[in-house]
Amino acid sequence: MEDDAPVIYGLEFQPCSVRAPQARALSAQTAETDAIRFLVGTQSLKFDNQIHIIDFDDENNIINKNVLLHQAGEIWHIGASPADKAVLTTCYNKTCDSRVVSCAAVWRMPSDWETGSHESPDDTAHNPQTLELLCHLNDSAHGNAACVLWEPMGDGKRVISLADNHALLWDLQESSTQAVVSNTATLEGKGQLKFTSGKWSPHHNCSQLATANDTAIRGWDLRTMSQIYCIENAHGQLVRDLDFNPNRQYYLASCGDDCKVKFWDVRNIQEPVKSLEEHSHWVWSVRYNHSHDQLVLTASSDSRLILSNMVSISSEPFGHLVDDEELSEGEDNHQDDKGKEPLKDSVVSTYEEHEDSVYAAEWSSADPWLFASLSYDGRLVINRVPRALKYRILL
Amino acid sequence: MTCHRIGHTPGNSNDLSPLGMDGEADETVAVGDDCVPGRRRRVHGMLKLYYGLNEEGKAAEESESLDPCDINGPHFDPELYLNKLRRECSLAELMDQETCMVKQIRSLDSDMQTLVYENYNKFISATDTIRKMKNDFKKMEDEMDCLSANMAAITEFSASISGTLQDQHTQITKLSGVHTLLRKLQFLFELPARLNKCLELQAYAQAVSSHRRARCVLQQYSHLPSFKGIQDDCHAIMDKLAQELRQKFRDGGSSAKDLSECVELLLQLDEPAEELCDKFLSHARSRLESDLQGLEAEIRPYPSAAKDASARRGCNEFVSSLCLVITSYQELFINHAQTGELLHAFVDNLAARYFSLVERRIQEEKSVGDNSLLVRALDRFHRRLQAVAKLLPGSAVPNKGTEIVIRAATERVKQYLSALQSFYMDSLTDVRQALATPRLSVAGRDAPNSLPELLSSLSASILNQIKSVLASVHLFTAKDITFSNKPYFKGEFCSQGVRESLVVSFIKFVCQSSRHFCESAGDKGGSTPPALLLLLSRLCLDYETSTISYILTLTDEQFLDQHHSPVTPVTTLCAEAKEAAQKLLNHYVKVQGLIISQMLRKSVETRDWVNTIEPRNVRAVMKRVVEDTTSIDVQVGLLYEEGVRKAHSSDSSKRTFSVYSSSRQQARYAASYTPSAPMDTNLLSNIHKLFSERIDIFSSVEFNKVSVMTGIIKISLKTFLECVRLRTFGRYGLQQIQVDCHYLQMYLWRFVSDENLVHFLLDEIVGSSAHRCLDPAPMEQSVIEVICERG
Repeated sequence: MEDDAPVIYGLEFQPCSVRAPQARALSAQTAETDAIRFLVGTQSLKFDNQIHIIDFDDENNIINKNVLLHQAGEIWHIGASPADKAVLTTCYNKTCDSRVVSCAAVWRMPSDWETGSHESPDDTAHNPQTLELLCHLNDSAHGNAACVLWEPMGDGKRVISLADNHALLWDLQESSTQAVVSNTATLEGKGQLKFTSGKWSPHHNCSQLATANDTAIRGWDLRTMSQIYCIENAHGQLVRDLDFNPNRQYYLASCGDDCKVKFWDVRNIQEPVKSLEEHSHWVWSVRYNHSHDQLVLTASSDSRLILSNMVSISSEPFGHLVDDEELSEGEDNHQDDKGKEPLKDSVVSTYEEHEDSVYAAEWSSADPWLFASLSYDGRLVINRVPRALKYRILL
Repeated sequence: MTCHRIGHTPGNSNDLSPLGMDGEADETVAVGDDCVPGRRRRVHGMLKLYYGLNEEGKAAEESESLDPCDINGPHFDPELYLNKLRRECSLAELMDQETCMVKQIRSLDSDMQTLVYENYNKFISATDTIRKMKNDFKKMEDEMDCLSANMAAITEFSASISGTLQDQHTQITKLSGVHTLLRKLQFLFELPARLNKCLELQAYAQAVSSHRRARCVLQQYSHLPSFKGIQDDCHAIMDKLAQELRQKFRDGGSSAKDLSECVELLLQLDEPAEELCDKFLSHARSRLESDLQGLEAEIRPYPSAAKDASARRGCNEFVSSLCLVITSYQELFINHAQTGELLHAFVDNLAARYFSLVERRIQEEKSVGDNSLLVRALDRFHRRLQAVAKLLPGSAVPNKGTEIVIRAATERVKQYLSALQSFYMDSLTDVRQALATPRLSVAGRDAPNSLPELLSSLSASILNQIKSVLASVHLFTAKDITFSNKPYFKGEFCSQGVRESLVVSFIKFVCQSSRHFCESAGDKGGSTPPALLLLLSRLCLDYETSTISYILTLTDEQFLDQHHSPVTPVTTLCAEAKEAAQKLLNHYVKVQGLIISQMLRKSVETRDWVNTIEPRNVRAVMKRVVEDTTSIDVQVGLLYEEGVRKAHSSDSSKRTFSVYSSSRQQARYAASYTPSAPMDTNLLSNIHKLFSERIDIFSSVEFNKVSVMTGIIKISLKTFLECVRLRTFGRYGLQQIQVDCHYLQMYLWRFVSDENLVHFLLDEIVGSSAHRCLDPAPMEQSVIEVICERG
């Protein structure tokens, strides 16, 4: 089927498409559940950076893009608000006085970006609109921001920013125009410790945070801002990314420079539950599918994207459990299922459309079978879970 | 008669005389002076001839006497002879002949006269003798008549005597019959008293045999009151005796021999056999159990020592007394069919306990030191049980014994396996230490501990150990060991036991432990020294190429398996070893790559690239990278072959340098800040990427130096690239990267299989840093070269 073919989109600078910009920041528009929409942030030291809003028309297999200017600096990280479609956070670098500073800010998209672009989608002369700054998430005392995390499934009022060795919990007030640090946690230890990434757990009433610094993974309780657990040497090298299993509260995936993807049960941190070594270079991003947590997406600087089917440690280790009613209706199907071999962990597919390091991969918030990946050369690839697997999971 | 013959003889001799004279004359002519004995013989012969006595001479005579001219022959014709002489001879000869003949006749005449005279005398004396004999015989005839008359009288007398004695003789026979009967009766009457006496003296055997003799008679005549009485008495006494025997039997304290005697007697007294069986066995049991307890007590105080002695003693005592019990039992109860099962059960039961003890003892035998002791002990054990097998053919005991031996053997094999494994691990530790020491004592002394030597000594010591273990295990199948010809030891022990669970398992263990090194070390940040990884990788590779097949051939030769049960083929093991070697080498590449990566990363991350000064030197870290790469190259070169690389141009560093800096690269980042030629560069870079093959950074390497080095350099440069992309550069930052990359370019190409790879990655690094540069103003190529050459 043609719709299994990947859709490739090359980022271009608007209006003058000089060359493909570098890009690292990718996010699904979390609050949008109808349209398949991704946000991409560019990295350029020479031009105004942009946020590309990529809309994917699933039926026609067409990509629509809209561009918003992000003049503050090159974007390292994007986070979309889970409550308000128009609100997002970025972490960006800016240079002032020949110093490079990392900042974080909350932005709002202009309300009419959509209409404007629809009228003239291919009009390169059209001047892109600019993002509206809501507030800075900067605290001069706390150094360079690495990433900003929204409270999962929250009301868009709380974010955490990781800056150097601090985790700052912000309360956004007055429709996000004001940000106040409500709590902080500090990583203490020898040497210059620095958070590289983090993830806000959707479980336990959103009271837990996991962070990565160097080779360690730490869990934090946000109520007391104290460390709950610490997986020292979780990876042989730097830990690059984390993700929580959306359905199993103690399960956590991590990836790093040792080319491995590891799955942890945080109740037993001595050994990973599972370890994958499919990539041939550093793994930069790991993402659980939001609905079917056996599907795990990993992106690596070996220019590959790998979709794995981790059935054995998913919330549905025996496949989709059929209800009694369904059973009576579709006896035959069920029989077929039973006849099949028990599902095994496997690599579903390796995607090789990228030609440079893939730094980010995300699942769509609207379609659970669709995901996007972004490589450094500004190429965005949209892929679907193979049909056979999709039906096997569903049926 | 005699006279007549004598008288006749001289008459005949007249006929003979000319003949004899002729012969005599011939003889004298022919022989000369052969006179006296020859002549007498001839005279004798002639006489014999005359009396027809000579038979032997006959043939000779006949053969020579057909000639009528032979003067001595019987067919002599004087007329013919005379004619012949007259015809053939001259006168002188005739004259001579005549005188000779006359002489012969004369001598013959005198001879004859002597003979007649002699014979005449003899005849006269013979006549006298005969006359005398005639008189004597007449006297003798009279005496013989007298004798026969006497004999007739004697016969008459004797007949009358025997007639008179007839009656008395029958009477005597009768009387002697009565006498013996009375003697028997007396025995019977004395029997009770005798039995009593025997009882007192405890001569049970005698009593029983006496009673047995009398029993039938008593039984037969029991209708007579007197006999009845005796029988009753005897019964009473015998009952008492039986009682006493039983008592004695029950007490059981006595020796096995006494017991069996008791039982024998009791059996003769018609005691019920089953009961006796039970009792007998229970006594035997208690005795054997005490033996067992002794054995058990012996095992405890010596958990590890003196296996041989204790096993020997245990075997001796227990098994031999068991055999004794079996023999006596079988002798005693031979005709009681159903008791056989009882005995089986009994033996099985005891043997089971004994076996459990033996097994415990064997299990305690942990030290791997001297296998021959254990084998000997087992052999003895097995041999003793064979004796039981002979005595008790249907018993399961020997089989169980064999099972124990088998278990012990398999257990032993397991122990050897673990010993081998620990030996392997120990030698690895030694190697590790050896690898660590030369570093402490600086370069001068590291020659003896160089990698190839360590490798060869390691593999040699492992091989030796395997050989010695094989030799030890081989004892189990030695010809003089009784159990070695059991089917298990011929077949399964060789194939499954030794080959599979010892040799194959060990090889697998080596592979597994190697793989383990890869896994554990990755998480703990390279706790295994890289050199050890390299060494092990080479070891595994050597195993794959030769050692495994050598070891297996050795094993197969020593343990020839006739059964050909399925065994792990050499190829699987080789594949496993190769896989392990591959993993180790990959891991080595990874570890070494990471060490260099770490240096590069730190150097990129810790520097403020925006505010750096204009580059004057290659950074020290780059020199360090090149140095380390060179030393790794040397290290790998010690163990692995060079490998193939793509052809170099005559001056690689120069040529590629120009390509790298001037043509593509220059164009590439010139374009990124001159918007005038936008599409070209973009296209160029993308086209380049399209056609260049995707580079797998942490990928498998081949078993040669170049491939290993390529892997390490790939990892290092890719790290460099990724780190550069995370930073922002100032003008001089970019220039410093340019200098560094050029330096790397100058030195690294020689290590890799395809120098384009290095170029490509360095291009990417410089390109990426140009992108990340706030003020991209690349340094002049000539300046870069000058800086780099200055070092």
